[in-house]
Amino acid sequence: MMRGRVAYAGAIHEAYPHENGVRLADGRVRREDEVVWLAPIEVGTIFALGLNYAEHAKELQFSKQEEPLVFLKGPGSVVGHRGFTRRPADVTFMHYECELAVVIGRTAQNVKRENAMQHVAGYTIGNDYAVRDYLENYYRPNLRVKNRDGGTVLGPWFVDAADIADITQVELRTFVNGTRQQCGNTRDLVTDIPTLIEYLSSFMTLAPGDVILTGTPEGIVNVNAGDEVVCEIDGLGRLVNTIASDADFGRA
Amino acid sequence: MFVLADHLLHPEGDPLPRDVDASAAAALLARGVACRAPVSGTVYGTLLNDRAALDALGDAVHAAPYKAPPKAPILYVKPRNSFAGHRGRVVVPDNAAGVEVGASLGIVIGRTATRVSVEYAADYIAGYTLIGDLSVPHTNVYRPNVRVRARDGFCVIGPALVAARHVATPDQLDIAVSLNGATPFTASTASSVRNVAQLLADVTDFMTLNAGDVLTLGVRHGSPVAHIGDTATLTIGNLSPLAISFVGADQHNGEQS
Repeated sequence: MMRGRVAYAGAIHEAYPHENGVRLADGRVRREDEVVWLAPIEVGTIFALGLNYAEHAKELQFSKQEEPLVFLKGPGSVVGHRGFTRRPADVTFMHYECELAVVIGRTAQNVKRENAMQHVAGYTIGNDYAVRDYLENYYRPNLRVKNRDGGTVLGPWFVDAADIADITQVELRTFVNGTRQQCGNTRDLVTDIPTLIEYLSSFMTLAPGDVILTGTPEGIVNVNAGDEVVCEIDGLGRLVNTIASDADFGRA
Repeated sequence: MFVLADHLLHPEGDPLPRDVDASAAAALLARGVACRAPVSGTVYGTLLNDRAALDALGDAVHAAPYKAPPKAPILYVKPRNSFAGHRGRVVVPDNAAGVEVGASLGIVIGRTATRVSVEYAADYIAGYTLIGDLSVPHTNVYRPNVRVRARDGFCVIGPALVAARHVATPDQLDIAVSLNGATPFTASTASSVRNVAQLLADVTDFMTLNAGDVLTLGVRHGSPVAHIGDTATLTIGNLSPLAISFVGADQHNGEQS
């Protein structure tokens, strides 16, 4: 089942795919652009993986890691499908990162990898933006790079785990203004989903609503104000985001 | 909706937090109640906001892997699984390494804070609290490390959130951390690289803080390291002391969930 969360006519609704757009839980059918898309779940802790696709790590000139590179993001950075993300005017390299987002559905503590998938409720698409100009080598990637308002795009749908036949073999693609720039497959994850859950739950308790952004494959390019960035993952849909300018946000 | 009127605290066993005056809070705490973390927002920790911590790095900030001194605030998230309250029992994962007991002033946000100026920062602050920001001791801060910072129980908060009017000089508060009643480690919020208002301004330039979120001013360099069996007592200014017990994994009975 695919479920979205949208704002429409003064309330927040669960919504489902419909041939003419979206169907709200109360029966109303509306065009996709008539509703405001929120992240499909209310997020708990957001984990993000750095350098979790071998080719992307090579692209950024990093060698093999001893331990997964995990950092945390705050819920304030989240925007939904068809949202806008600001690109500061003074930067030279801001890029998208299309990522499979794993949503935890059951408390997980000291879970072994062979049982880990029982703790996964489902999936959504994440676009985990970065502004590389702001990288500093302290707790890198630092939050000024990764936890900016609008920097975590989630949606459009939350898809039940049972609906994806084989999550270890899904393709991810990113299009900028219609041109495919990024393509990868979850078969190339350096640390796979069960191993990530085993690792994280070995020292912290995971809870329903926690989200693991599993990393991005190679193929990152700079984006500019006005660009449309579309992230696609097989079986999960397409997540649209538009880059906004400083001027849009009243910044000189 | 988040409101902080006076002293907001959540005695263990009570269904909801309560917001009481200073004397009622003191009376409760004098009875020895344990508390839950009085926070449901997001807690952001601030790294290297103590001049002594930067001084200790010395010329290393110019060498690999750091290559330059920090410019913008360096933050990390203390996630919800790490929240614990006054008299919480925290598991020491490796007793040889111990757990560093950092005490930080927590800045409690009172309303949506985006692009806040230094001049108006105080308008966005509901109050303050004490944060026991625990970590497995680590000297390399190149990579974020949730394994040492985000463990269950590693963000001990309280006992109470205290309204800002009770804390007249947040940038001039004495900090003390004592283990088992011994002579405490002492420091001050005055040694911050960025003071409360400057930190809030610099952080909210790139990320919004919401009502109920907490931003730490940052732990002080040289904080003591606790081991199994120790009890730490943390104080900042005239906020009620925060007590933390350190236990082994086998002694932990889930009381703080």
